[in-house]
Amino acid sequence: MATLLQQIVSGLSTGGVYASLALALVLIYQATGVVNFAQGEMAMFATYLAWTMLNAGWPYWAAFAATLAIAFFGGLLIERVVIRPVENAPVLTIVMVTIGLLTIFNSVAGWIYTYTVKPFPSPFPSTPIKLGLATISLQDLGVGGVSVLVLIIMYVFFHHTTLGLAMRAVVENPSGSRLVGIRVSWMLALGWGLASVVGAVAGMLVAPLVFLEPNMMSGILIYAFASATLGGFNSPGGAVLGGFLMGVLENLVGTYVTFIGTELKLTVALAVILLTLLIKPTGLFGRAAVSRV
Amino acid sequence: MRTAKSGPKAEPRMKGAPIDAKNGRLGALSAGPVLRGPATKLILAAIAIVAYLLPFALSSYQTFEFTQVYIYAVALLGLNILIGYNGQFSLGHGAFYAIGAYTTAIMTTRWDIPYGWAIIAAGLLSLLVGFLFGLPALRFEGLYLALATFALALAMPQVLKYFDSWTGGSQGIVLDKPGAPWHLPITSDQYIYYLSLTVLVIALTLAYNLLRGRAGRAIMAIRDNPIAAEAMGVNSALYKSLTFGVSAMYTGVAGALGALAVAFVAPDTFSAFLSINFLVGSVVGGIASISGAIFGGAFIEFVPTYAQEISRAAPWAIFGITLIIFMYVMPTGVAGLAKRITVALRRSIVGERPAPSPRSETADAAGATAGTARAVMGKPD
Amino acid sequence: MPRLPEQLNGARRIVFAALGVSVILGLVATGALAQDPGVSANEIKVGNTAPYSGPASAYGTILRTVAAYLKKVNDEGGINGRKIVFISYDDGYSPPKTYEMTRRLVEEDHVLLDFAPLGTPCNTAIWRYMNDHHVPQLFVLSGASKWGDPKGHPWTMGWQPTYYSEGSIYARYVIEHIPNARIGILYQNDDYGKDYLAGFQDGLGEQSRKSVVSIQTYEVTDPRIDSQIVNLKNSGANVFMNITTPKFAAMAIRKANEIGWHPIQFLNNVSASVAAVLKPAGLEASKGLITGGFIKDPGDPRWKDDPATREYYAFLQRYYPAADPKDGFNATGYAVAHMLVYVLQRCGKDLSRANVMRQAAAIKDLEVPMLEPGIVASTSPTDFYPLKQLQLAKFDGQRWEPFGTVYAGAVNRQALAR
Repeated sequence: MATLLQQIVSGLSTGGVYASLALALVLIYQATGVVNFAQGEMAMFATYLAWTMLNAGWPYWAAFAATLAIAFFGGLLIERVVIRPVENAPVLTIVMVTIGLLTIFNSVAGWIYTYTVKPFPSPFPSTPIKLGLATISLQDLGVGGVSVLVLIIMYVFFHHTTLGLAMRAVVENPSGSRLVGIRVSWMLALGWGLASVVGAVAGMLVAPLVFLEPNMMSGILIYAFASATLGGFNSPGGAVLGGFLMGVLENLVGTYVTFIGTELKLTVALAVILLTLLIKPTGLFGRAAVSRV
Repeated sequence: MRTAKSGPKAEPRMKGAPIDAKNGRLGALSAGPVLRGPATKLILAAIAIVAYLLPFALSSYQTFEFTQVYIYAVALLGLNILIGYNGQFSLGHGAFYAIGAYTTAIMTTRWDIPYGWAIIAAGLLSLLVGFLFGLPALRFEGLYLALATFALALAMPQVLKYFDSWTGGSQGIVLDKPGAPWHLPITSDQYIYYLSLTVLVIALTLAYNLLRGRAGRAIMAIRDNPIAAEAMGVNSALYKSLTFGVSAMYTGVAGALGALAVAFVAPDTFSAFLSINFLVGSVVGGIASISGAIFGGAFIEFVPTYAQEISRAAPWAIFGITLIIFMYVMPTGVAGLAKRITVALRRSIVGERPAPSPRSETADAAGATAGTARAVMGKPD
Repeated sequence: MPRLPEQLNGARRIVFAALGVSVILGLVATGALAQDPGVSANEIKVGNTAPYSGPASAYGTILRTVAAYLKKVNDEGGINGRKIVFISYDDGYSPPKTYEMTRRLVEEDHVLLDFAPLGTPCNTAIWRYMNDHHVPQLFVLSGASKWGDPKGHPWTMGWQPTYYSEGSIYARYVIEHIPNARIGILYQNDDYGKDYLAGFQDGLGEQSRKSVVSIQTYEVTDPRIDSQIVNLKNSGANVFMNITTPKFAAMAIRKANEIGWHPIQFLNNVSASVAAVLKPAGLEASKGLITGGFIKDPGDPRWKDDPATREYYAFLQRYYPAADPKDGFNATGYAVAHMLVYVLQRCGKDLSRANVMRQAAAIKDLEVPMLEPGIVASTSPTDFYPLKQLQLAKFDGQRWEPFGTVYAGAVNRQALAR
């Protein structure tokens, strides 16, 4: 029983990590209709910037805020400068550009900061606290908590602010939005900026747990993809829940399906997702499209 | 024809056909725009002759490089048929490459089966696995299919390590490199070059014939308008699964050749990165074209090497920049650009006036995938 | 590995013939020899492949240090008047790429030898090629046992103590010092982890193997390994064999401490860096760890006044300032490069491939900078494992305190018999 509880709790805390990046993926997908393969690397790079500021003696929250600002304008700039020229190209072409960005960020980070693992401070203390039979560190609780917080902020933004509604309108109906005076192109850039901010938050939260290095996000990105798929790529709440489910599922498979053990736990977790998709082809919380001819 | 509003988000774009009405036309897309007219046939023959004579002009290392290009081209051809012509998306073809490679390795080293049979078996096994995977995958649309196949690619190294009594686990399997048969006076490298080139030529011919025929029209009809295709009596489910199988077969055969050329297989070869690399090659080459596979193969073979020569410090940054520049200059791939140039030349020679259609710029083979790709990744206009 | 007997004999015969010839030539000729590729009047070309990108890119810095060191050697006049041209290609830790790049080195760049290619699968991919073409694959950076096989693969030589022998040393320690051990093992699910595991389990023997209560694995792509640590704790283990690479080692140590599991911990030498592993994991949490080392940890305050370490710091400062000198990988590169220079110097005027292997197989108790005191490199025509010994050390919360004598671990006979 203690094992089960502890595995669930540690699955939830790992899931918080997946959820935070999955959220950024879903956000950019919702705001621009593109899956951004460079999302994880952008977050990693932003975290390095924060690390540089911290090393220069900045207080944590100052570095945190400055990184978010840089991430926002960085994301905006990437959309304006790098994505804009292919804005009207086939989406696969845009995806290729994001893959190009991925290799650039990864390579440049390795070049500037080397591949040595670096510790990164956390705003939350790593003191373990007891939850009945299980233990969890405040750090893990913090990551999960912030993911949920960002989710709530996003919900409010997209459903109750003019800007958020405009961004949704652009994706929903670009020509109609143009007619009512929304600057479609800028809304896309704004989407990139916001997703970049959410990614940077994820990077800075996750770095203390998995340590900072240029490949820090590549493994997490894969799980984030899986989480977003499980939860539904057009449902931020689903993506967050998908992340937590993914974390718990993986731990339970590794622990209790003993003939498989830890060696195939990712494989089994992926198989479970595929089975879920067979029943709900657009993820647990994704909405299916209905088309008329 | 438009999608009903069901969700508040970008969802309508997940379905293929409706939004393609204006930019994804079937008519403009014949399987291989290159293969028309007697002049084109002469050019093709000349290219083939040059390719067959090439090893005598190249060093054995360069011969090996070109062998790799052909092998990648076979793999990419499979991907092009699937994504470009059928509108199904895969981020998992590295897995089929692995199946082909391991089938060959196990058959030739453990069971002493001649490699020729092993290549065929690799193709058939990939066909079967691809078909079986294609069946349930029918239910997945666009992005979800992409990620489902990505899961396959992710799981592959783990699975290969797990069944180590067959696969040699993380140690992999060392193969014997086949030498030239019948005492031909060529080296093993040259022999594998010819083997791969021949397989590529067969693969190209088969793909051309497949896509030009009835089956090809059905495959493309499903991409452009699945509902209409179904209404016309196309068994969409069967065709989609079969296309997935055929596509996997191409990639599996390529994997078999790859294992022979390198004479070693190990799980580290088949990381998720391989599948992404295939996708890059496919798009850079031109995804809805047969010849694009060759350009794509050349890109993923040569660009990383040259990137290293330009910058030792950050070669993948150079790779990324090159990729982005390629996409700027050729958003519809090398084949798309080639097609556009041919059309422009023909116009200037014959004095044709540009077509009045406002979208004529993208009305080329590769451009036709715009609709597909949009469907696949759900991009708003 | 099934190999054709004729091929094997052929290779061996040629080596012996080549050795004989070079001896005679070495005695008779002093001027121009029929020279192997890669050597000119003022250059020696040395090739290498390493992962500068991809999942194993943390190791890339080893070879960057090598390149920097060879530049230093060139600045100081080179080797017997010849400068070393070091050509190192990125293989992204992908075996086919290693094969391709190695062929490029041999066939296009015409290097004299392939020095310190990195990674077990990558080296396996070129193993046969190098031996078929009689090109030295010298000082392979991988702890697998198969690189010390002078009979079957006379052109391949290992370098570091094998993972297998290191595992066996920990097993011996457990048998001798921990009477009622209940052992939990965590290992990386690849060749490296499995070699350690085999050495450890074989070292325990039939009897003690029963005391292993839980074995957990992880993939190098896993983001976290908390679940495995929880399982190990709940298995009731009081000994923890930690076979993990740096990032995961740090996570494992931290998590064990966090959930209140305090077994006797063995940490494999790969991850024994104070700066890169123990500090991120928490120095307090790392107290009591046991490891076996052969490279001095440059971040360990124990070596603050050690002349070799100071020289190493000065060298990095000047030739590779971007490097983190506390990163033990850089010390590894420094040591292995030193041995290359030693071998090439010993070759004297006869810079043939056969002589490179002959000199590499004739190292006698060589002291190499940045190796732990008492650990020396030595080889012979039948011993292709240059480094065999390890020094056990315990972490006291600040530094590694060595204890006991220098151990030499077991050789994996089984791997060689394959």
